[in-house]
Order: sequence, then structure tokens, then C-alpha cells
Amino acid sequence: MTADRIIEIKKLAVDYQTDETKLRAVTQIDLSIDKNDFICVLGPSGCGKSTLLNVIAGFIPPSEGSILMQGQPVVGPDWNRGVVFQSASLYPWMSVRQNVEFGPKIKGLPKGQVSEIATHFLKQIHLLDVEDLPPFQLSGGMRQRVALARALANEPAILLLDEPFGALDALTRIHMQQLVRTIWKENKNTIFMITHDVDEALALGTRLLVMSKSPGSIIREFQSDFSYAVDQKTGRLQLDEKYLALREEILNLIDI
Amino acid sequence: MKEGKNHRRLTIVTWLVIFLVWYVITEFGLVSHLIIPSPKEVLNTFVDIVKNGYNGIPFWKHLGISLLRLFLASGLAIVTAVPLGLLSGYFKKVGAIVDSIVQFYRPLPPLAYYIVLILWLGIGESSKVTLLFLAAFAPIYIACVSAVKNIQLEYLLSAQSLGAKGKDLFYRIVVPACLPDIFTSIRTAVGVAYTTLVSAEMIAATSGVGWMVLDASRYLKSSVIFVGIIVMGITGVLIDLGLRTIENKIIFWKGYQ
Repeated sequence: MTADRIIEIKKLAVDYQTDETKLRAVTQIDLSIDKNDFICVLGPSGCGKSTLLNVIAGFIPPSEGSILMQGQPVVGPDWNRGVVFQSASLYPWMSVRQNVEFGPKIKGLPKGQVSEIATHFLKQIHLLDVEDLPPFQLSGGMRQRVALARALANEPAILLLDEPFGALDALTRIHMQQLVRTIWKENKNTIFMITHDVDEALALGTRLLVMSKSPGSIIREFQSDFSYAVDQKTGRLQLDEKYLALREEILNLIDI
Repeated sequence: MKEGKNHRRLTIVTWLVIFLVWYVITEFGLVSHLIIPSPKEVLNTFVDIVKNGYNGIPFWKHLGISLLRLFLASGLAIVTAVPLGLLSGYFKKVGAIVDSIVQFYRPLPPLAYYIVLILWLGIGESSKVTLLFLAAFAPIYIACVSAVKNIQLEYLLSAQSLGAKGKDLFYRIVVPACLPDIFTSIRTAVGVAYTTLVSAEMIAATSGVGWMVLDASRYLKSSVIFVGIIVMGITGVLIDLGLRTIENKIIFWKGYQ
């Protein structure tokens, strides 16, 4: 085990119990996640992508196999694995700032430090000017940025994103991708993201995992470095033949 | 905005029509004034009761004792039913203990167990307040249990992933997430307690607005009955208005869950 290994999954399988029958959601998953990886998981809908994320988050226990986080078995959710869902699910009874401060406050950090952390991450998502608003007054994209800052504020060892931009319009989505990329580069985060958008995966991920139909298993892994080639200002990607070929290959895999 | 104004106008017109019908049928003697007293009679009686009291007890004392019973019982119900309901929803064990008891007595008509309460507690204030308390307890308790069970799963999961557990999770996430439902149930409960109040005052009391109505009915003082009913109606509306104002202040995020 290297020092930079964050997650180690071995022979993982998850069953869902429905009335009489057992339904296998994911099977035979072997996966290691190292520091500073940006993993994007692609796969047909219902293939168990979210199940895999829920296991890593600690929301679901594995039925078979094991999952270790920095050498320790994962038992239930904790602050070291931050999660952002497709719905921002910000707490409406707290202001934007209070939402971001929630994690550090729960950790019991001193007040000054809590507010410093919140200021830092609110700045990073460019929303310091709306810190006192209740979250329901923000647009969908802004809410998702707050959800991201809320998860980042704990400085978790890994960030789990479950189709975080799925509900956003195309333009907002590109801005969000740019933001996540910048944050990932600046903070040297480790990110595990589920998406159903191949272009999004190619534009962000360093490792692209493709999952099979249910019961899901990882059928291919691609290395990608397009994330580094993206125009820093516009967030747009120069499409070349290599990109198109890879995109075609992934689409063919998902579309079987 | 315009539509809201139109609706308000409709409400006002409705009440004007009701008053007009009331006025016409009494003015032209279509029904006996013993059955429906005229608006003028009712107004005079109201002024008289406010000035001289009813049955030797000042009017504000009748109203005051009724409201005191109501608020005391509602307050007790809130401080017990909210924590018990939330805990029942959150911990299955607590639910297993409390749930069936509430489900058993909830469908009973309050008057049925009021007899037992009088037997145990006498005809004084404690049996009345207990009756109203029980009437108000069930709706709040049941709403709290279901509120906990219906919390958006993402609230709980994200909070746990941010490090919250145990007390933090309960007080910072579960309780505020349930507040909108809690408040709605409090409004329902105060309404239920208010209707039960009249029953309680009718069985064993010597004061209160409900008792006043019952006493007046024995001597067929129709105008007093009408005064009592109208006062109770308006008080009920005002109480709900007050609760709604507090609700809008505290639960500013209502509807944005």
C-alpha cells in the first residue's frame, strides 16, 4: 500500500433486498483511488454507479468484499469523505455561509477558524457576496457551488460527486466544470465523480471508468489528460482526433 | 396581486350577504327571535355582557378563563408532544412504546374519557386542562412522527458526511427540518383543543364562554347564545392568525424545502 492510496476496494458486491429476491447491483469491483486522482465513472443508467458511490461514502455496507479508506475499513459516513448530490440539498434554515460553516463547526473548530475557512471557500466559488442569503434565493448553479464549498470546507481526503451538474443547463454546466477543475488543481483534491456525460468525463477526469449494465462492474479504464489541455479562460476544449476517437470508443462501450 | 384583491372582495361580499339575510329574516319576523335573534338584539346583549358581565362574572373573566384553559393545555401539549413525537420518529424503540397508546385514544371522542378524567381529577380546572391537553397532544405527536420519517434523505446523508452524528444530527438537522410540519400541527391542535373546550365547559363548569352558551340555552336566552358563538368564532380566527404570523416569522423557509 502506497502512502498516497486513499481508497482500496476489493471484490466488492452489493445486493439489494427486495421482498423475496436479492438484486445484485454491483459485482466484482476492484478499484484503488490515489491522491489527486480525478475519477469519472460512466455507464448506462441503472448500472450501479450511484451504488458504488454510496458504498464509498459509507451510506451502504458492502455485501461482499471490502472497502478500505487509508487502511481502515469504511463503517458509515464521516467528514473525511465529502459528498455532493445532484440536488444541492442545502439546509434552507441556514444562510449560505452557515451551510458552508456546518462541517467545520461540527468538528468543533474555534469560531475564528470556522469563519476563516468559510470565507476562503466562499471566495473560491465566487459567492462571498451572497453569503447571508438563504439558499433558496440562489439559482440552481449557485446552489450547487455552495454544496461544493460545504463539502470542501471539511477538507475531506476524497470528494464524491453524484452527477452534480445533471440538473443544470448546458452553459452553467460548463462554468461548473471549469470551477471544479480549477479547484481540483489548486487544492490538489481527490475526486470521484459520477456522470452520464462523456464529454464532461473527458474534460475533467484523469481516470475514466466505464461500467457495464446491471449488475455493474468496471469493464474498462481509460487514462485521460484532456483536463490539462482545456483552455484556462473559457473552459472549452480543443477537439482533436485523439479526443474524438476516445469519445467514440467510450460511447460504443456504454451503448452495447 | 389583482386576483388576491378580487378574492378578498368575494369574501367580504359573502359576509355582507350573510348579515343581510340575517337582518331580513329577523326584521320581517320570518322566524321567532327565540330561534334567531336579530343582529340588533345580539349587539345589545354583547354590550350588556361586556358592561355588566354574565351571571355575576365579568365578561373578560369568562373569556379569560376559557383562553387560559386553552393556552395552558396547548402549551403542555406542545412541550410534551413535540419531543416525544420527534423521538418516536427517530428511535423505533420509543415509537414502539408511545405510538400504540396514542393511536388507541386518538379516535375516542373526548367526552367519552372526560367522564373518567372527572372521576380521577374532580370537576376543577385540572380535568379540563387534561382533556384539552389530550385532545391537542395527538395531532402534534402524529405530525412529528411523520415529519421525521419524511425528512429528505439527502439532508441526513449530507449532514453525516459533513461529520454530524448523534445530538448534532438531531438538533441541527432533524429538528429544523421538521419545524414546518410541527407548526402546521400546532395550528391544527389548538383548533381541536378549542372545539373540545366548549364540550368541557358544558359538562362541568361555572365560568367560561362555553359554559355561558350552555347556561343561556337552559333559559332560551338566544341572543346570549349567539354572542357566545360569535365571540368564540372570532377568537378562534384571531388565535390562528396569531399562530400563522409567528409561523411566518420563524419558518421563513417554508415551501422551499
